[in-house]
Amino acid sequence: MNDTALSLDGVRKTFLSGRREITALDGVGVRVKSGSVTGLIGPDGAGKTTLMRLAAGLLAADAGHIEVLGMDVAREPLAVQSAIGYMPQRFGLYEDLSVQENLNLYADLQGVPRSMRPERYAELMKMTGLAPFGKRLAGQLSGGMKQKLGLACTLVRPPRLLLLDEPTVGVDPVSRRELWSIVYSQVEQAGMTVLLSTAYLDEAERCTEVILLHEGRLLGQETPAAFSAPLAGRTFELHVEGMPARRLQALLMRAPGVLDALVAGDRVRIVTEKAIVPDPAQLLPAHPEVQIDPVPPNFEDAFVARLRDHDGAHGQPPAVSVKVRGATGEEVIRVHNLERRFGDFRAVKGISFTVKRGEIFGLLGANGAGKTTTFRMLCGLLPASGGDLAVAGHDLRRAAARARGSVGYMAQRFSLYANLTVMQNLRFFSSAYGLRNRHQRERLAWALENFELGDYRDVNAGLLPLGYKQRLAFAAALMHQPEILFLDEPTSGVDPLARREFWARTNALAEAGVTALVTTHFMEEANYCDRLVIMAEGEVLAEGHPYDIRRQARTPDNPEPTMEDAFIALVQGREQAA
Amino acid sequence: MPWHILALAIKEFLALLRDPRSRLVLIGPPIAQLIVFGYAASFDLNHVTVAIYNEDTGGASRELIARVAGSPHFEVVAQLTREAGITPLIDNKRVLLVLHLGPRFSANLRLGKPASVQAILDGRNSNTAMLGLNYLRDILLVFNRDWAARQGRRGPPAVLQMRAWYNADLNSHWFIIPGIVGLLTLVVTLVVTALSVAREREQGTFDQLLVTPLRPVEILIGKALPGVVIGTFEATFIIVLAVLWFDIPLRGDIGALYTGLLLFLLSAVGIGLMISSIAVTQQQAVLGAFLFLVPAVILSGFATPIANMPEAVQWLTYLDPLRYFLIIVRGVFLEGDGFGLLIHQYWPMAIIGMVSLAAAGWLFRHRMY
Repeated sequence: MNDTALSLDGVRKTFLSGRREITALDGVGVRVKSGSVTGLIGPDGAGKTTLMRLAAGLLAADAGHIEVLGMDVAREPLAVQSAIGYMPQRFGLYEDLSVQENLNLYADLQGVPRSMRPERYAELMKMTGLAPFGKRLAGQLSGGMKQKLGLACTLVRPPRLLLLDEPTVGVDPVSRRELWSIVYSQVEQAGMTVLLSTAYLDEAERCTEVILLHEGRLLGQETPAAFSAPLAGRTFELHVEGMPARRLQALLMRAPGVLDALVAGDRVRIVTEKAIVPDPAQLLPAHPEVQIDPVPPNFEDAFVARLRDHDGAHGQPPAVSVKVRGATGEEVIRVHNLERRFGDFRAVKGISFTVKRGEIFGLLGANGAGKTTTFRMLCGLLPASGGDLAVAGHDLRRAAARARGSVGYMAQRFSLYANLTVMQNLRFFSSAYGLRNRHQRERLAWALENFELGDYRDVNAGLLPLGYKQRLAFAAALMHQPEILFLDEPTSGVDPLARREFWARTNALAEAGVTALVTTHFMEEANYCDRLVIMAEGEVLAEGHPYDIRRQARTPDNPEPTMEDAFIALVQGREQAA
Repeated sequence: MPWHILALAIKEFLALLRDPRSRLVLIGPPIAQLIVFGYAASFDLNHVTVAIYNEDTGGASRELIARVAGSPHFEVVAQLTREAGITPLIDNKRVLLVLHLGPRFSANLRLGKPASVQAILDGRNSNTAMLGLNYLRDILLVFNRDWAARQGRRGPPAVLQMRAWYNADLNSHWFIIPGIVGLLTLVVTLVVTALSVAREREQGTFDQLLVTPLRPVEILIGKALPGVVIGTFEATFIIVLAVLWFDIPLRGDIGALYTGLLLFLLSAVGIGLMISSIAVTQQQAVLGAFLFLVPAVILSGFATPIANMPEAVQWLTYLDPLRYFLIIVRGVFLEGDGFGLLIHQYWPMAIIGMVSLAAAGWLFRHRMY
């Protein structure tokens, strides 16, 4: 028996977008071993989906050779498709059919004999925990349940090779763990081979092997441990008594010999260029009392180090200029008993919290937790069904237009005018906020320079790489120097480098006194927030400093829980209480 | 105008003109509709296919047949010798009309007795059949008069003398093409504005727009302006072609025409924006626009007279801005109307425009989930 389930050799694929040719994959050669779980990892636009679609025979490669289970995909696409299971990013569930009807449909489509169905259904329902919801419409399931149903439909006829394209995007941490255990049970029991793509770097550590893609090129294929091995002895956690981690991080970003600096709770995690314990006098001349502890490297450190090697060193944190009225620490956003109903459904169930000036405040939760609904109510885009809210003393929904002028807003998915150029977008948004003449020209120049958008000024916003879209959306929100920033999922889909850059900017703004309200479904980003609330099903599960929230989840087995551990502990605690 | 509204209007123009598909919407329909309506759509019937079944051998029958064959309206495609030949010709739609002259036609005429002419028509399309029959009646009328004059008899006691005012030749292009000005301007303006808010909603930029200090009224003006400007351009393009290419006389006051056009565009833009703020996706917006367009065109009197509609439906036509504008555009083109005569067409459009714009502005903020 051949022990390679999938192999690609010198595969190249280009697409035409308008008049520009985009290379999605450039000479990629990988092998996926039979019976393994291989992770396909890379930022958005790395070519993950293209690779999946090529392997499933849904696209034809421009050059190179792809073999699946010993068959040439180019020659026998139908035979390949009947032997594999492929779950695309948006799996085609029929939302108006029930869970059971969806399963029946896919069993019919894949020609599963009727005699085998009852047994297989029972197995899948048990595995996914969907058994009690057989009659519920698929459209009424939560995001995590939908993904599990999609996976069950893909597995209804056990395939030999399973291709999963970002199965865990937007899924809450509990459902993510369940999806992973389903995947592993299939590999162990049925001897299935799984190729799974993901943008969550922490998931890489759960794979037997990892394929790392970046901008269509293969950066490596190794075990997760082998990826982080070169970083042994290069990762440390630092702490300066009495200094906020954010300010320490800003200092360390500029320190010599530091490749990466990341806030981790009340400490800062750094990756150095060389494997020696850094000298405090050199690292932070102003703070010789800094405490430096070596820590084991993780996959994200390795990933960032590789990309930095690849793309060159990171730039300086940007200059910000804001005029903030009022004192730091003053209450800026107040939410009391806020409620929102859609028909019978209570999306937000009477939540309360306050945000002080100069804080970075996080709204964390999975898709459907109610954070976007809360966010839209705060921005005045959605009327509240009950309760009070005030942003800088106003309800933005009823406030005069001028009150909105002190707020900057960055919409989900970096909404910009796709067929306007970068410059036209910036010009429009600055005009909409009343900037004109010399002041406008100055701010335009500031945006182009600070966000390094100069090379793209005449490119349509829709054609920008995602990381640049994020920069442009952020720049557009900052044109009028707002005192309060609303940032809705500002880091979703962008690679770790762009995420670091984004947080460096936000930190600098917060240092200057700007208040930022951020939603995110990346649990680890909670560490950047001064305070946060964790939401689930329209309720606030916890509020406080990220460090305190994590400390609540501390157990004898897990003395240093991650934010994800804390989240899962909170959700499970709530379920037990119910 | 305040600077930020102008910025919004400029942005709307850029978004429209930089998108190849939107550009096509602006250029494609005017050309296609002008060709379709300018050349293909006509109420006049030419080249009616005719078969002749003549059992008579006299000169009178030959003369009558020569008159039919010589008419521009008719085209003789078959000569029959047996009655059985009629059925297949009509059944297979080879002819619309069969002209049958009995064996005693000429003899009866000479004797001064009534001589009958039989016309067998394909009644499946009643309108065409009636038109063909009317042309045949005209020919027969002239034939009778000439025959009587030659025989020295008195002609028929009363004779119809016809003069058509405003359109002496009763050329149906003169009726249809000014109508296209209204029809086409409505289509383009409605589609352009219906897409404008829906496109932003679909791309998620509408939220971004609502959180700026722009007030709903200002957004409304910024979004309405491009529709009005584009509509004015489209209408001017067709008016110029109507006069220079199709030779339609423009007899009235241009100022009166453009006043009507502006009010008409205001109502079209209002309805377009209203549809757009209800729709969540561009697809819904286009569908909504056509849901309005089809009844609006039928109820406007563009092709079928409003006076022929049932009374309840006639009341409904008062809600249709195209109804008023068609009266204005046809009035100015053919009748030479000025402001005074058209005032009662202006104010209903102004009301429709105001109400629909106000509704659209309200929907901006209230229809968002």
